[in-house]
Amino acid sequence: MSLDALDRATMIDVQHVDFFYGTRQALADVSAEITEHRITALIGPSGCGKSTFLRCLNRMNDTIPGARLQGQVLLDGQSIYTPHTDVVSLRRRVGMVFQRPNPFPQSVFDNVAFGPRVVGTDRNIDLSQVVEASLKAVDLWDEVKDNLRQDALRLSLGQQQRLCIARVLAVKPQVILMDEPCSALDPISTLKIEELMRMLEREYTIVIVTHNMQQAARVSDYTGFFWLDAQRSGVLVEFDDTAAIFTRPQDARTEDYITGRFG
Amino acid sequence: MGKNKPAASRADRAVEALLRVAGLSTIGMVVLIFVFLLQQGLPVFFRVPLRDFLGTRWYPTEGYYGALPLILGSLLVTVVAVVVAVPLGICTAVFVRELAPGWVRELLKPAIEVLAGIPSVVLGFLGMTVIAPWVRTTLGAPTGLTALTGAVILAYMALPTIISVAEDALDAVPKSLRDASLAMGATRWQTIWKVTVPAARSGIVTAIMLGMGRAIGETMAVMMVTGNAARMPLTADSLFRPVRTITATIAAEMGEVANGSTHYQALFALGILLFLVTFLINLTAASAIFAKRRQGGLR
Repeated sequence: MSLDALDRATMIDVQHVDFFYGTRQALADVSAEITEHRITALIGPSGCGKSTFLRCLNRMNDTIPGARLQGQVLLDGQSIYTPHTDVVSLRRRVGMVFQRPNPFPQSVFDNVAFGPRVVGTDRNIDLSQVVEASLKAVDLWDEVKDNLRQDALRLSLGQQQRLCIARVLAVKPQVILMDEPCSALDPISTLKIEELMRMLEREYTIVIVTHNMQQAARVSDYTGFFWLDAQRSGVLVEFDDTAAIFTRPQDARTEDYITGRFG
Repeated sequence: MGKNKPAASRADRAVEALLRVAGLSTIGMVVLIFVFLLQQGLPVFFRVPLRDFLGTRWYPTEGYYGALPLILGSLLVTVVAVVVAVPLGICTAVFVRELAPGWVRELLKPAIEVLAGIPSVVLGFLGMTVIAPWVRTTLGAPTGLTALTGAVILAYMALPTIISVAEDALDAVPKSLRDASLAMGATRWQTIWKVTVPAARSGIVTAIMLGMGRAIGETMAVMMVTGNAARMPLTADSLFRPVRTITATIAAEMGEVANGSTHYQALFALGILLFLVTFLINLTAASAIFAKRRQGGLR
């Protein structure tokens, strides 16, 4: 591990995780440490378990019938897979941004206010202040401030995705999971999201799944490379500083993948 | 081959023409029915002024054609039926779509469709023999054949429509919205009532309108259980007294009137009114569907 890792705490510690959809094993013995206030990128070909891994971190896989996990996932040193774990409060701490922008068919304001209003516990919160701060944090405020009542679905896809990030920020999570957040967006919107991630890194821990290796190289501090093993289960082949992964990969498969020899 | 080709295209043209005739004749029928209603019903206003037609006494044998008790009777029974059916229907739709385990859903959906297929006369039996005595003994009404009895039966007739249309609307809400809500730490309950149901609201409004259209036009069961007294349902206890609806009046009296008489024309005028009301309700429901289609997808 790099020197940088020494003075930064581990936010999420994943230890020997096996994950199953019914009888099919989707992840085999995956271990990784997600460092706080850093951006961790997960790369690899389609179907190798990157998204499954990501959804293990906020237990979104719980919504899939037959899904099962073995191993340990620690958030701030606490296991999130105990029978007593409050999944609802876990997800407030670990927010998620999805592949396709999925704003609610409500106004811009109501989208951002959803978290504090529905999920929040603080009854005396100043909603308009939270909405403004969240929209400013994703650099969307100037574009929508004159018409916060407009239907969120009228925004462009790029704006919608930033709105979805703002919606997550309004709940004040510690970690933000992003599942290919730019795959539905044009290059300019993609660039905006990447700049945004760099800004958010100061206050949040970010884990991003991406198909785009350049994106991983551009924005992330750490990179994990997923691959399928002989049993067609996802394994984490290599996990290191992004610079190390892209300049001197230790595993032949990583090198082949990032140099474009397959995938 | 060369011989078959023109023959095939001639057959194509014939089928196309046939389908066009079939399609257009449906519209033609509706128009014709309406024209027929107007032709038979409108002349009543030459004999009975509109003011008298909206009077409070319906007593055709004495020359009183005040339809207000019938209009209000229909309104009372329908509104109460909708008030009963809407919460029940929406909750059932939410249960079937969002909460029920797979095998329960597989059992419930056909059961709801069977409920829709029960002939209204059979529901009338149920109303007369089960609900009416219950209303009389438990609620202390002088007779069991009341507006409430009719409303309860009508509610059950409107339920299948409301449930299946509302369920389709919930089904059309993308999973990504539920995921977004759950991923923010909303509970399943919060996700249903704050995200899924609001996202499906125009479809749910359509469901309510269609259920209402079904209720207001229903005749047989209503005639069997509402007691059919043409009184003004304006007192506080009207729900527990007999009423007479527009539909029941037409069905009961049509067989006994002389063709072309004032009474005959008055019944047709009631028919026009009923036609217009159901047309308006269905139009509202349809416009909600079309508005949503334009925005891309029925929700």
